[in-house]
Amino acid sequence: MIEIETDVLVVGAGGAGMYAGVAAAREGARVLLADKSMVGRGGATIMAQMTVAAALGEQGPDDWTRHLADTLEAGRGLVDERLAALLCEGAVERIRELDEWKVGWARDADGRMRQVTAPGHGAPRCVYVDFLNTGPAVAQCLRRQSARTPGITKASGLSVTDLVTNDGVIAGAVGFRLEDGAAVAVAARAVVLATGGLTRLYRRNSASANMTGEGYALALRAGAELIDMEFPQFFPIGHLAPRLVGMDPIMWDPFRYKLGGRLLNAAGEEFVHRYGGEDEGRYVTTRDVISYAITKEVEAGRATEGGGVYLSFEHLGEGELREAFGPVVDRLAANGIDLTRRPIEVSPIAHYHMGGVRVDAEMSTGVPGLYAAGEAVGGASGANRLSGNAIPEALVFGETAGRHAARSAGKAGRSAWSQEAARPHLGRLAANGGRREASGGRRTAGAAGSRPVAGAALGELRAELADLMWEDVGVLRTGAGLASALDRIRALRLRLEVTPVPGEGPYPLARQDWFDLRGGLMAAESIALAALRRTESRGAHQREDYPDTDPGQARSQRVRLDPDGRLACEWMPPCPSPG
Amino acid sequence: MSETAPISIRRGAAGEAPHTQTYAVPWREGMSVLDAVLWIRTHVDSSLAVRYSCTNANACKECVVSVDGETAYACTARLPLRGVTVAPLPNKPLLRDLVTDIVPPKERLAARQP
Ligand SMILES: Cc1cc2nc3c(=O)[nH]c(=O)nc-3n(C[C@H](O)[C@H](O)[C@H](O)COP(=O)(O)OP(=O)(O)OC[C@H]3O[C@@H](n4cnc5c(N)ncnc54)[C@H](O)[C@@H]3O)c2cc1C
Ligand code: FES
Repeated sequence: MIEIETDVLVVGAGGAGMYAGVAAAREGARVLLADKSMVGRGGATIMAQMTVAAALGEQGPDDWTRHLADTLEAGRGLVDERLAALLCEGAVERIRELDEWKVGWARDADGRMRQVTAPGHGAPRCVYVDFLNTGPAVAQCLRRQSARTPGITKASGLSVTDLVTNDGVIAGAVGFRLEDGAAVAVAARAVVLATGGLTRLYRRNSASANMTGEGYALALRAGAELIDMEFPQFFPIGHLAPRLVGMDPIMWDPFRYKLGGRLLNAAGEEFVHRYGGEDEGRYVTTRDVISYAITKEVEAGRATEGGGVYLSFEHLGEGELREAFGPVVDRLAANGIDLTRRPIEVSPIAHYHMGGVRVDAEMSTGVPGLYAAGEAVGGASGANRLSGNAIPEALVFGETAGRHAARSAGKAGRSAWSQEAARPHLGRLAANGGRREASGGRRTAGAAGSRPVAGAALGELRAELADLMWEDVGVLRTGAGLASALDRIRALRLRLEVTPVPGEGPYPLARQDWFDLRGGLMAAESIALAALRRTESRGAHQREDYPDTDPGQARSQRVRLDPDGRLACEWMPPCPSPG
Repeated sequence: MSETAPISIRRGAAGEAPHTQTYAVPWREGMSVLDAVLWIRTHVDSSLAVRYSCTNANACKECVVSVDGETAYACTARLPLRGVTVAPLPNKPLLRDLVTDIVPPKERLAARQP
């Protein structure tokens, strides 16, 4: 077993985790920056292609309070105003700091940062890096900065499987090293969960392999609470057909910002206006309305062959396309797509999670020493996120969490680590693996030593979960569908419990699958549970049996894990305002 | 009736004698080699090891392997109907199956922190 001791452990090294690491190290803390994939590469940050919102006022008057007003409006009454204010005010400073670190924001001829008006924003507010390079540029910049900042140790390929608490205080974490499967124990005075989102739980998604929702379950099991779990965001115009490789399925959004484009049903008619939006070649309707409109249009039998709707740029000339997207036009050509000649097919896909770990304005979860940041956090977007707000959320909350975690670690004196508290978690990672997840912890007969489980038991489980989440916990929901989904998720959980933890050895990906599923099933259950209880439609949560918004439900729900292993969900008082 | 394509994958961990396994994978126009590998992991054998994250975006650059002897990203290399042979990168230390050690030395978790 590998034993490590640090001041601050950061779990997950996307935008939030890397910023948290830099901020904690700036406070003088020793930081271990761990990612089950590779630092700066495994999550959503490097995949972001579009824009980042911050009221910089470079292209006309703007102010963070206006950004806040837009964020509150988009969130349909559920935004935690303290968190949103922190996000909107802090974004300005973080975007300027990244500029100093030479991220390369696109600039106009006068040297001002370019800012575009993304849907839902009342001013030109969204910066980007050309061409479709925002995420890679941000990720690379933060990797560089975290390499330059003394005090940070990076650990690519360290998968955290459990947080360790001692008497309710955070003590560190355990996990395994992908390279050889070795168990790892990290004693830490403070931990920042920056594990990103959960959209891989859905069949149609824009996620990387690592966005399985494990972080939400880590938080629950450590005693933290989740909020707004019923609100995963569906990106309305995910790519469906023809098959594109080497390009992200959400790539059509920037095309629409710059060039408009028309959404058409199979009969070639515009339809968004039928559902309360306006489209007509401009791009101003918020995501929840477009997702709803497309899903309804598909249900009504007006779907394209691939099961979505058309997005057409056929009114544009080659010159216009090339000016706006340069080399991207060639990448499309390599995929056999000429936008001037044919439309492509699009459909909603799971894209982001509004819900997540409940934190205060210092990103503290309430469990002493445990902080959270980035997409893993809930509350800043309420029922619907404005586009361009997620990267600032990762940067601002990451910086805040890192700073406060370092201070908390400083105050903590020694780590609360206890071998006793870590033992049950380490048992699951023991050389012969195969310990049951069930509370009794019985050994499963025939656990296959260093051989990973053969066959496809885990793959099938994962596919079943993705299907049921898509069908019954997706864009349009019903009480009956959600209740049945909840039963099936719980049954899958039982099936996982009797599936041995695949053994160790180099690159035990099947073992990772097992832990991803353990966390993902708990996250999925939280979503279904909260969605079943919310008997109204609001933002990204659309119930066919309750199509109206109920003012009495303008409140968040929180989820916690009871000592008996059951998830409990309850309503919270209306959202607190600052001051 | 869907067609299948044969994909041969070199398997085994460092220090073991490598062996090649061939799978018949349902074929779709335009699919990637990674699509095929993930299909195998889901439906046939989840112990097959491959390194990848972003899956579609070609952003993470983790999925480098050798496809018919050429270095390629598994997520952008297409699977032709006649099939391909996939192997780990020959010039990097092998971990297992298609996974080689491409982690930069400064990002490796040492036994103890310096
Ligand atoms: C395709 C795509 C495009 C997007 N475009 C935009 C955009 O244009 N603008 C915008 O504002 N937002 C965009 N978003 C959303 C935004 O990118 C994310 O919300 C944000 O990057 C999240 O950052 P993060 O650091 O919280 O998480 P991530 O960047 O997802 O990082 C989380 C990391 O945690 C690691 N991890 C998870 N669990 C564990 C564990 N148990 N042990 C160790 N490591 C773990 C993962 O491997 C991953 O590397 C986009 C998202 C996607 C998917
Ligand atoms: S999977 Fe990310 S580049 Fe291939």
